[in-house]
Amino acid sequence: MTTREAETALRACLPRNDLVTDSAAVRPFETDGLTAIRQKPWAVALPENVDQVRAVLSACREHGVPVVTRGAGTGLSGGARPLAEGLLLVLSKLRSIREIDLNACTATVEPGVTNLSISQAVARHGLFYAPDPSSQIACSIGGNVAENSGGVHCLKYGLTVHNVLGIRVQTFEGDELVLGGKTHDSPGYDLLAAMVGSEGMLGVVTEVTVKLLPLPRAKRVLLAAFDDVEVAGDAVGAIIAAGILPAGLEMMDRLAINAAEDFVHAGYPRDAAAILLCEVDGTEQEVQADVARVRDVLEARGARVTLAETEPEQARLWQGRKAAFPAAGRLAPDYYCMDGTIPRAELGGVLRRIGEMSEECGLAVANVFHAGDGNLHPLILYDSGAPGQLDQAEKLGGQILSLCVQVGGTVTGEHGVGVEKLDTMCEQFGALELAQFHRLKEAFDPAGLMNPGKAIPTLARCSELGGMHVHGGELPFPELERL
Amino acid sequence: MAANCRSQNSSACKGQGAFVARAEGAADIASGEGRDDAEAVVATVAECAASGRTLAITGHRSKRFLGEAQAEETLSVADYTGIMAHRPNELVLTARAGTPLACIERLLRAHRQMLPFDPPQFGGNGTFGGAIATGLAGPGRPWRGGVRDSVLGVEIVNGKGERLRFGGSVIKNVAGYDVSRLVTGSFGTLGVILSASVRLLPMPEAEQTLVRECDAARAGRWLRAWSRWPLPITATCFEGGLLRVRVSGAQTAIADAAMELGMPMRDPNAAFWQRVRDHEHPWFHGYAPLTRIAIPRGTPFERNDALIEWGGTQAWLREADVAPPPEGHVRSYRPTARTAVSNPALARYMQRIKEAFDPKAILNPGLLQLDPA
Repeated sequence: MTTREAETALRACLPRNDLVTDSAAVRPFETDGLTAIRQKPWAVALPENVDQVRAVLSACREHGVPVVTRGAGTGLSGGARPLAEGLLLVLSKLRSIREIDLNACTATVEPGVTNLSISQAVARHGLFYAPDPSSQIACSIGGNVAENSGGVHCLKYGLTVHNVLGIRVQTFEGDELVLGGKTHDSPGYDLLAAMVGSEGMLGVVTEVTVKLLPLPRAKRVLLAAFDDVEVAGDAVGAIIAAGILPAGLEMMDRLAINAAEDFVHAGYPRDAAAILLCEVDGTEQEVQADVARVRDVLEARGARVTLAETEPEQARLWQGRKAAFPAAGRLAPDYYCMDGTIPRAELGGVLRRIGEMSEECGLAVANVFHAGDGNLHPLILYDSGAPGQLDQAEKLGGQILSLCVQVGGTVTGEHGVGVEKLDTMCEQFGALELAQFHRLKEAFDPAGLMNPGKAIPTLARCSELGGMHVHGGELPFPELERL
Repeated sequence: MAANCRSQNSSACKGQGAFVARAEGAADIASGEGRDDAEAVVATVAECAASGRTLAITGHRSKRFLGEAQAEETLSVADYTGIMAHRPNELVLTARAGTPLACIERLLRAHRQMLPFDPPQFGGNGTFGGAIATGLAGPGRPWRGGVRDSVLGVEIVNGKGERLRFGGSVIKNVAGYDVSRLVTGSFGTLGVILSASVRLLPMPEAEQTLVRECDAARAGRWLRAWSRWPLPITATCFEGGLLRVRVSGAQTAIADAAMELGMPMRDPNAAFWQRVRDHEHPWFHGYAPLTRIAIPRGTPFERNDALIEWGGTQAWLREADVAPPPEGHVRSYRPTARTAVSNPALARYMQRIKEAFDPKAILNPGLLQLDPA
């Protein structure tokens, strides 16, 4: 499939050194943020403009070469893992900010522009781009669209899907689609919604128009220390039920608190079973009113509350949270980061159950997560050098995700399915839904050459796992053999 | 509204009191209220899928002026009612398609919560499923999001008669393609919506309508400038030489916003926004044509005879054959016109998506025109 003719055709689309086929030179591209899984691509294309992207796709279509699109490569689920026989289409050179429209409060940018640089470019106008995944200094906006990225502030400001107004997409068949735009709706189906979070399976995003919001004038951060993890979990729901929508509401358990303290000395109480970090923002009056109400809710549940009024105090509190992952990395040689989401009301019970499962299997689990939207990030600590521990960690991870699905949640809140969660998708979706997903992909990519094998498991894979859900005793494709 | 809810749909709202009481303490989905005859809906669609007979999906028919499907059979989901789950701590509600919006509003008001997209209830009617299927949102759209922004999950019956569930009831969920949002606003042409889960918002502590005289050009200039200010604006409406601005939040924040906006005058008529939303405001009365114009953010629209909402991005005119603004689009509400997608490439992909969900094109035929121009 990946013939010399394909290589010749691709070289014709790109200046000489923008197509990399040398085995040593493609090595840096063999993995994304999910580093446990590596695969060298057949070739790497680094186009400099959209015309080159179109030409590359056209050459791939002609020669039947599968394409994996990659932004900054910070994804955590292996969505940008290359294919041995495929082209890795890297969009990191497409990084110009095309337009900042202050009347519309929008920015139109190329897909390789980093998330943070958008906010930096518009800060002098008193505006910002709200979604802020923790990798925002490096991750690209095109990747954010592919994964529907979240971040600390999406409880109040929404996910990527809520903040992207329009995109330009190149399909594998060679069409350019302009989806969404500066109007609040567009006639026909909401293809923009279908594209956001589609993990590079439906097309290549070559331009993104995002919504810019006015920077809030005031903000405060409250730190609440609890003696009991379940009480802390329940306090999260109580804040929401009180009618407060914090800008951020994060939780850390004792293991994570102490790891963070050892690492950055954020001033967290080491004796607490759990802490909540709650950020409220808005006008000065709104913030004052919210602080008083949040404090009441927390103190009524026995929390010790401290208020960070000044910018440096707030930054210090957030620093511990932001450093939690690297800090956990010092507790054990390796960690495995999960991404399930559960209804907030289940937080207390699920945290307790994770603790029990952790004890049963003998691997410690640190919990650092977006409590406000129920998005858990249990970090399973293990040593890949110790025989069997990786398998154990993966098994525990699978159990945790099953638990998330059982209580009405999902296997991935913001990291995506990629290659990592293909098996757990079989648990969350039935065969009929999976078949519908595959038909939706075919509508955009009939050849099936955009990021093949990612995001949606095949029915055969699920049936081999024995995890296939069957609705009402009806098996789709009864003519197919089942294992 | 409450009267409507009682008189028209007694079976749907009856027992809601009991449900509310249970929902407060209940940790689990409270089903059994209203009517759950989903299997009958599935069976109807499956029969039509087998025979190839076309199917028009209806609820209260409150939005029939947006077009009605011409089909061999009619499937009404108006009797498929009931709020399946409402956990106030979760800010999430799950309800069956036929549930009257008025019932949902009443339940939520008791918990000081609201549907962020504030869907219109034309003639006081409208079902939850109809709101999702048409994707129409109320005056707060630019600030609180549209229907698609709040939808978390749906259960549908596709054109093959398959009962499918997508998304869920959690805020963050990136497992699989976002079919829930794709189905939102698709006018029932991809599947019959059985039920949906949406996120809710807490009701603001207080709300006030500020008002001042101006012409459309000035109103537009102010609104464009205000969009860059961090102010608690949640609706705007220019009409008849008056600009109204709704501000929501803490009492003190509202008072400050009024000063900063330079709008000390209040409009005490709290029902104003609902009347605009439902086209009950006198401006919408009469038989003259009615056209909706979607205006790109930041683009001036300076017609003094228009009713202009959404911070200047949605306008209404009592005229037919209105030309769309650059990068905007128009839709006639009176006389009825179907939604048409004129871009050939877009229409082609949408047609393929239609085939992926409804291969025999039995669902709401003609409601969405996807013929490449």
